[in-house]
Amino acid sequence: MGGGPGGLTAGLYAARARLDTLLIDKGAAGGQVLRTDWIDNYPGFPDGISGFELADKMIAQARRFGLQPTLGEVVSMELRGETKKLYLADNKHLKAKTVIIATGASPNKLNVPGEAELTGKGVSYCATCDGPFYRDMDVAVVGGGNTAVQEAVYLTKFVKTVTIIHRRDELRAAPIIQEAAFQNKQVSFICESEVVGIEGTTEVTGVRIKHANGEEEFKPFQGVFVLVGVSPNNWMLPKELALDNGFITTDGMMRSNISGVMAVGDIRADSIRQVISAAGDGAVAEKTAEQYLEHLQQNMRIVMERKKCSSK
Amino acid sequence: MSEDNLIHVTDQDFEAEVLKSDLPCLVDFWAPWCGPCKAIGPVVTELAAEFAGKVRIAKMNVDESPATPGKYGIRAIPTLILFKGGEVLDQVTGAVGKAQLAAMLEKA
Repeated sequence: MGGGPGGLTAGLYAARARLDTLLIDKGAAGGQVLRTDWIDNYPGFPDGISGFELADKMIAQARRFGLQPTLGEVVSMELRGETKKLYLADNKHLKAKTVIIATGASPNKLNVPGEAELTGKGVSYCATCDGPFYRDMDVAVVGGGNTAVQEAVYLTKFVKTVTIIHRRDELRAAPIIQEAAFQNKQVSFICESEVVGIEGTTEVTGVRIKHANGEEEFKPFQGVFVLVGVSPNNWMLPKELALDNGFITTDGMMRSNISGVMAVGDIRADSIRQVISAAGDGAVAEKTAEQYLEHLQQNMRIVMERKKCSSK
Repeated sequence: MSEDNLIHVTDQDFEAEVLKSDLPCLVDFWAPWCGPCKAIGPVVTELAAEFAGKVRIAKMNVDESPATPGKYGIRAIPTLILFKGGEVLDQVTGAVGKAQLAAMLEKA
């Protein structure tokens, strides 16, 4: 369930193991990596690779072994028992012996006045998608993590200036990503400040910022990129599945608390939310799934043998 | 899935194909470099088949046709706008699910 790097890797391994496998996603496969401009820390690509291209390569590789990504929106699931059922938005359902949940995470919103009304009219959650609409403009990036800082630097390809607005007094982004931002003359910072509102009627005109001393200020921007972390895509998960802060808890074999159900990538509680770790999780989960299926088959064989004995 | 029911429109034929269309028309504003646009692509193709004869489904590449998205104030993609009788009936931005888009088309 889910076609990001975790689901695609599990699918690749499962297809190579010749398991009867379905990869389901509500859109085309790829996941969050599709909205990442550049990935410099996925081994095997010494010069880095665009997120878009990496996703394409992963999909092509899984397809080579027969994996067919399928379109479908899972709305609820029944995971207990030997047959797992996934209910889809179009009232169909799927049955499986084992399920690997790779539903990932989605960008957080700020939840401030003006944000919803101005989404698509100056408020964006995807720098790689929308950067080209802001040529020679002044934009704000809200956030201080890896995504916010990296995408702020990416935006300088298009925009005149980028102002990173961050709640804390220091960035959370990795040092090498921070360096790139500090060295870029088009990037400036407003720290220890919170965006409390986005202003504009037909399009964004600026943001209202509340500083640490409690003072509020209006700053004009033509675009606001909200890159303040992610939340787990967990609304379709059943309540029996154990979660930690909304993320699925697993053991080192990617097993959830429900037998035959694994979780990988960003939906998993201990994930470090990297492409490489999602892919690694996917490989582990598929091996666990194989073992689980073998176990099921062995149990069935024992039952059948017992039947044979008793019928004699 | 076949793309038979999907039309591709440009700045040049937007008025004739979309604004003057007898049927309501959903336009998916997209670009080849946009990941979520790619993600939502097959959903739009499926909807085109399912709503054939009821709603026209069109795609516009904003790289090739910048004037129309500019006119409608589009600054994020994918944006999907539902037109009826030349007017904007509804619109949505981002890679939303098929069920949400289908519900929007039902209202047309």
